[in-house]
Amino acid sequence: MRAYTPKDDVQAKPYYTDRFYVAPQVPKQDVESDELFAADLAAIKAKFEVLEAYIQVEQMVVYINAKDNYGVLELLRDELEYTQLSEMSAIDWLAKNNQFEIFYQMLSMGKRKRIRIKCFIDKDEAVNSVEKLFRSADWSEREMYDMFGVKVNNHPFMKRILMPYDWEGFPLLKTYPLEGDEFAQWYEVDKIYGKEARDIIGAEIRDTARVDRYDSERFGRLGHEVPKGTKITGNEPKTPLAYQEEGGVFMIDRFDEEKSVIITDRDR
Amino acid sequence: MQQQNRLRPFFENITFDRDDNEMILNFGPQHPSAHGQLRLMLHLQQEMIVKAHPDVGYLHRGMEKMAENMIYNEFMPTTDRMDYIASSSNNYGFALAVEKLIGLEVPRRAKVIRMMLLEMNRLMSHLFWLATTALDIGAMTVFLFAFREREYMMDLIEDYCGARLTHASIRIGGVPLDIPSNFITDLKTFLDKLPANIKDYEDLLDSNRIWRMRMENVGVITKEMAVSWGCTGPMLRASGVAWDIRKEEPYELYDEVDFKVPFSDKGDNFARYRIYMEEMRQSAHILYQVIDMYEETVKNNQTQLMAHAPKYISAPKLDIMTQNYSLMQHFVLVTQGMRPPVGEVYIPTESPKGELGFFINSQGGPYPYRLKLRAPSFWHTGILTDLLPGHYIPDVVSIIGTTNIVFGEVDR
Repeated sequence: MRAYTPKDDVQAKPYYTDRFYVAPQVPKQDVESDELFAADLAAIKAKFEVLEAYIQVEQMVVYINAKDNYGVLELLRDELEYTQLSEMSAIDWLAKNNQFEIFYQMLSMGKRKRIRIKCFIDKDEAVNSVEKLFRSADWSEREMYDMFGVKVNNHPFMKRILMPYDWEGFPLLKTYPLEGDEFAQWYEVDKIYGKEARDIIGAEIRDTARVDRYDSERFGRLGHEVPKGTKITGNEPKTPLAYQEEGGVFMIDRFDEEKSVIITDRDR
Repeated sequence: MQQQNRLRPFFENITFDRDDNEMILNFGPQHPSAHGQLRLMLHLQQEMIVKAHPDVGYLHRGMEKMAENMIYNEFMPTTDRMDYIASSSNNYGFALAVEKLIGLEVPRRAKVIRMMLLEMNRLMSHLFWLATTALDIGAMTVFLFAFREREYMMDLIEDYCGARLTHASIRIGGVPLDIPSNFITDLKTFLDKLPANIKDYEDLLDSNRIWRMRMENVGVITKEMAVSWGCTGPMLRASGVAWDIRKEEPYELYDEVDFKVPFSDKGDNFARYRIYMEEMRQSAHILYQVIDMYEETVKNNQTQLMAHAPKYISAPKLDIMTQNYSLMQHFVLVTQGMRPPVGEVYIPTESPKGELGFFINSQGGPYPYRLKLRAPSFWHTGILTDLLPGHYIPDVVSIIGTTNIVFGEVDR
């Protein structure tokens, strides 16, 4: 029987796991241990519901409801001096509980503090854009949509940013394989030569580590090149390589491997 | 036979029968002064840009996805390919993030060597910036001068780690090697010459009429705009915010060295140029101090280069070759990889381009569950949307030049 592989997370898995291994935790501190963070948290709590808050590696992490994201970030920017949105993106928890975790990494240059606002949304739920507050969110939200398919409401230009506009699938989902899916392996063939050329060209080999020693058409035999289309038997004669067109180029001698010498003595 | 999805020019935003004079110019993705694969769609009224739409992603390799499928140490050489002009600073950002996640303390000698590499990378990056920007503006001599100095730096880095561009010179937990014997002497020779070199560039540029006309009052970024767009590094400091992570949230040994943070409130191309020049001087100043610190560690016989944490870091080579248990641990760390604790970090560092941040979410496995690379150039490209309108076509080249974007980092 074939071993079962989970389809909801196709990323690399450790080949060995100790059943009795309990992973340690990065320590979390209470928010009260830092005055500035405690004051910030109190200000957020006064207006919005805070689900959880702690300090981890010198930064405060605050969990809020997804619907409050615009309000909380507005409060942070206008009243609590967190004027820069350094980074925002999502984490894919679809395999665990069908949710995305969205994080906003904020910086206050006045207080020299960084906090992370986090919220969970369901798979098909949209999140409000904060582009009106921070222009940097314009591109981050596009990237988040591009990579995860998380939809963002009220964004002025919600298009893919890193992947081509006509790409299908969201590459950073855990369900998306590292080498890409079936769409990815036909994308360039369809685009450049057309669908009718699929049979002639074949799918793109997207596994970069793959070497097929019987393939004499697709540069699969680096260092052992043979004329195109040769039937590979395993003891074919070595073909001298000529790195230039027939007839040559004006003033340039054609490189002839037969006549070449390997210099071992540096003083020559 | 023509297929719907066959490769054709992409006239998405273009309406051909418009009654105004607006023209759409495609700048890139293969434009020599775009510093990489930047495609700009520029809407023009005569020669003036009324709308700019930067299009990125031509160099997207999915590094974040790769990171989720690699053990931590395996990802280190991949970070080289982000900002390939100063790759040690990427190595360092990643190493520091993982160290904070684990809670490792790096030995002092390693810290000193890292500081040395980081500042050398800053110098290399700034020299490269000066060379390419000057070339774009037309100052060929400065290009040749700055590349000559950069070549010395690259030779030094090559002496250290064997690579010129993709260094992979820093490991999680320390550095792999001590510096070679002639390194300090060579570095000092270079640093002694550097002020005269910087003066040469300035003599060629500062009072150059063309340079000033193309730089002054061009590409003015206001303070609000810079902060809102997530600008960091020289882009932010040129707009009147004296924010340098090395100073404000010191990591490594930056709290022990003396340096100034140059800033300007002009916000134009010329301000950014001045800041790059001043930062080169400050880097040289830091390097002199770091050389002294290195000699101090030699005197105090602090020879340890990698942190001692058998659960995460392989033992020194001598132990691996002589002690059975060290060899076993090394084998496990190489084949399975280290398993950092469950938790999350976002660690910013001041790379030559700005704030380089690594966000790592670890679920206790040998692969990061989520790794987000916060690359400064990404936002420095985004700001072109708001910055270019109102400028003329030749200004585009000088503005892209001073934003100092590197596409390995924008597209990741």
